[in-house]
Amino acid sequence: MKDILIMILASFGAIFILSSSIGLLRKPDVYLRISVTAKASTLGIGLMLTSAALYFNDYSVTTRIVAIILFVFLTISIGGHLLARAAYFTKTPIWKGTKVDDLAGQYDEVTHELYSEKHNSSIKPEKDTSI
Amino acid sequence: MTKSLFLSNLILAIIWVMATGTLTEENFLFGFFISFTILWVITFKKEERKYFTVIPKLLAYIAFIFWEIIKANFQSLKESFYPKSKLEPAIVKVPLDAKTDVEISILSNIISLTPGTLIMDVSDDKKVVYVHVMHLLDKENFIKEIKLKFEKPLLELMR
Repeated sequence: MKDILIMILASFGAIFILSSSIGLLRKPDVYLRISVTAKASTLGIGLMLTSAALYFNDYSVTTRIVAIILFVFLTISIGGHLLARAAYFTKTPIWKGTKVDDLAGQYDEVTHELYSEKHNSSIKPEKDTSI
Repeated sequence: MTKSLFLSNLILAIIWVMATGTLTEENFLFGFFISFTILWVITFKKEERKYFTVIPKLLAYIAFIFWEIIKANFQSLKESFYPKSKLEPAIVKVPLDAKTDVEISILSNIISLTPGTLIMDVSDDKKVVYVHVMHLLDKENFIKEIKLKFEKPLLELMR
């Protein structure tokens, strides 16, 4: 019974990670790619680590795994935010199908300050029509 | 108030573990539950009774967040195989009701972990966040949904 549970958890984790790598290949621009990888890997890693905890069935291993899952959940969203912000500063082209872009021109060129009201600066990525 | 009640709850649970003499997780949780009930019976002040509504709400919120994360993963599993024509990405400005740094960081972490959304940045005056969405159907609806689903229960817990 435990074996079957471990198998199910580990294979679901692998499927989630596989789907995120397929998404990485198929998405048209960098922002969608960040979004897709950041999400699928959280549960993928979580399920794989849970199956490891069930396999070892040891107190010290379980506590470490809980700590790893917690830190992965905390850091993945911060990593996604930093990557997307850096991509926006360097004006990485955005996909042409993007419906709304409220962030266009909201960053200050010099101080990199982000405004909440309407602001007009040169930091706006171009629409990429080639993809 | 809430902190001191939580501490006495913890101390009572430890005393329960010491008195019964078995140090296992189940016994600790059982002791915590028993001392929670005892404190619930003996506390009368109105502002102190807030503790007993906060703890179940917190547990319910954590369960809700986990459910949302699982849903997000199944959705992105499906979306990985979508053709490009079905995508409707957008970057949306969402105004914030949360004021302090802790509230904003917890909220943006939660938004980043749930279906198809990614926090791009928080504005320097802490009034709005910019969210990247994978499927935007209606802008007003999306903002309302985020505010109702994630922000309101979080602010009720924190304040």
